[in-house]
Amino acid sequence: MRRELTVEQQRARAALLFIVPALVLIGLFFLLPVVASFLLSVTDFDLYALANVHNVRFVGLHNYAALAGNSEFWSAVANTFYFALVGGPLTVAVSLGAALLVNAKAARLKGLFRTAYFVPFVTTLVAVAIVWKYLYHPTYGPLNYALGALGVKPVDWLGNPRWAMPAIIGLAVWKNFGYNMLIFIAGLQSVPEELYEAARIDGAGAVRQFRSVTLPSLAPTFFFVGVVTMIGYFQLFAEPYVMTQGGPLKSTTSLVLFMYTEGFRWWRLGNAAAIAFVLFVIILAWTVLQLRLERRRA
Amino acid sequence: MTSAVAPLPARRRVRIAPVALHVALVAGALIALFPLFWMVSASFMQTGMANQYPPHLVPRHPTFAHYREIFTRLSMGRFVLNSAIISLLVTGVSLFINSAAGYAFAKLRFRGRDKLFRGLMLGLVVPVQVAMLPLFLLFKEMRLINTYWGVIIPSLASIFGIFLIRQYTLDIPDDLLDAARIDGASEFRIYRSVVLPVIVPILATLAIWTFLTTWNDFMWPLIVLSDQSKMTLPVALANLAGEHVQDTELMMAGSVVTVLPVLLVFLFLQRYYVQGIMAGSVKG
Repeated sequence: MRRELTVEQQRARAALLFIVPALVLIGLFFLLPVVASFLLSVTDFDLYALANVHNVRFVGLHNYAALAGNSEFWSAVANTFYFALVGGPLTVAVSLGAALLVNAKAARLKGLFRTAYFVPFVTTLVAVAIVWKYLYHPTYGPLNYALGALGVKPVDWLGNPRWAMPAIIGLAVWKNFGYNMLIFIAGLQSVPEELYEAARIDGAGAVRQFRSVTLPSLAPTFFFVGVVTMIGYFQLFAEPYVMTQGGPLKSTTSLVLFMYTEGFRWWRLGNAAAIAFVLFVIILAWTVLQLRLERRRA
Repeated sequence: MTSAVAPLPARRRVRIAPVALHVALVAGALIALFPLFWMVSASFMQTGMANQYPPHLVPRHPTFAHYREIFTRLSMGRFVLNSAIISLLVTGVSLFINSAAGYAFAKLRFRGRDKLFRGLMLGLVVPVQVAMLPLFLLFKEMRLINTYWGVIIPSLASIFGIFLIRQYTLDIPDDLLDAARIDGASEFRIYRSVVLPVIVPILATLAIWTFLTTWNDFMWPLIVLSDQSKMTLPVALANLAGEHVQDTELMMAGSVVTVLPVLLVFLFLQRYYVQGIMAGSVKG
């Protein structure tokens, strides 16, 4: 005879079976490695340790101290912030612009335009990074040709340390604005029409309506889009890996690219783990900052 | 999309003159599509034609030579197969794991449920790169480096996927589930025969999302797969791009082959995908 379980117990047991596979996978292959990453960052794990684990020594915060004195690390931090702080807001602005265009009442073929704008987002980053590398070609690239028609002298986009990061930002904006655009469209469509009517009755013009109705109503959308975009942009990797290998003159070496090179090319895993942790702290701090700003506003 | 409630006054919300509006819309679409158009166009050009001044927009004598070369000499077929196996396996299995967990977090009561869920959500702020170094060492011990499983396993459960399913499942009326319970259905039976059919739209969204992200994923496969015969398309393509910098037309053909499958998946299934993303964001 089986012991009868109460309905509640039965349901709790079933729930456990439902969540255990996911929790085990996430715990074992994400949570545990994240914790282990911190432990790794206080060791001198390197090529010798990879060959024989007994070569690992505890070094305290030495890796972090070494990073603080490493100019390559600071330039990676600066490049990452450059990309995120310029590219992030630019992407959000372009997304909002595209959403307003596609969502405009007078617009025809909305579905078609929405699809066209969204297509770059679903493409493979590595593939389109290679395509853009040729578009940016100083002599044969279509971009310089088009600019030449406007009287602009050829720019060595990816070969000039001043222009390489803006060029990468250009690709990132093109690739990513479609996703945020969808979210903005959803946000725009949830603004009650009465608000606009009330504003019109009060004599508000289009610009005033946009500033007093549209933007405030979109605030939660801005927050969501901002957080997601910035978290993603701080993790810049594939674009410089494919287009510039971090050059010229390290001008596009991001934190993740630096971590990858340290960890998986030179096998200085302790050092790389410290870099990864710095990235973690940056993303966490930035997200908390955005959360604070959002709370104060709401 | 547009709700037809009451007839609106002639002066609408945004008063951009319709002509200017459509000029802007078309210009935007040209910018969004030009790189992809040029990729396809250059992939059919004779060798060297993409590197001429002034640039050509369309091939003068279209050729399939580059496609032939990537599938024969560069064995691109192998990479397509690797990508397909990994992406389909991840999509199929993760759909069950994430939907089961998402449903349990939404509808089944157990101790510590909401705390656990909030804890899980915190994980969304942790960049995956932090886990990569120890995960590499772990997989090296488990002999999973240079195997499909090394790429597949970390993607089988996703916090975002669980979140998406939970948000959608919250709307299922409890009465529906209780009715099935009174009929004597087991919890698993309820999940399979009541819940899954109801959440098909969000399952479709998640399936497309998972397939696209897995297909396009680059960094982790790059770390795990060093053996050429196991490489996914993005990894192999990045490799080839380093060796064939001058062969623009060849690389464009490789890019087309990489992008085309995801583009087709998206174009055919975009209805489910786009609606799911928009719905998820509003509720989230």
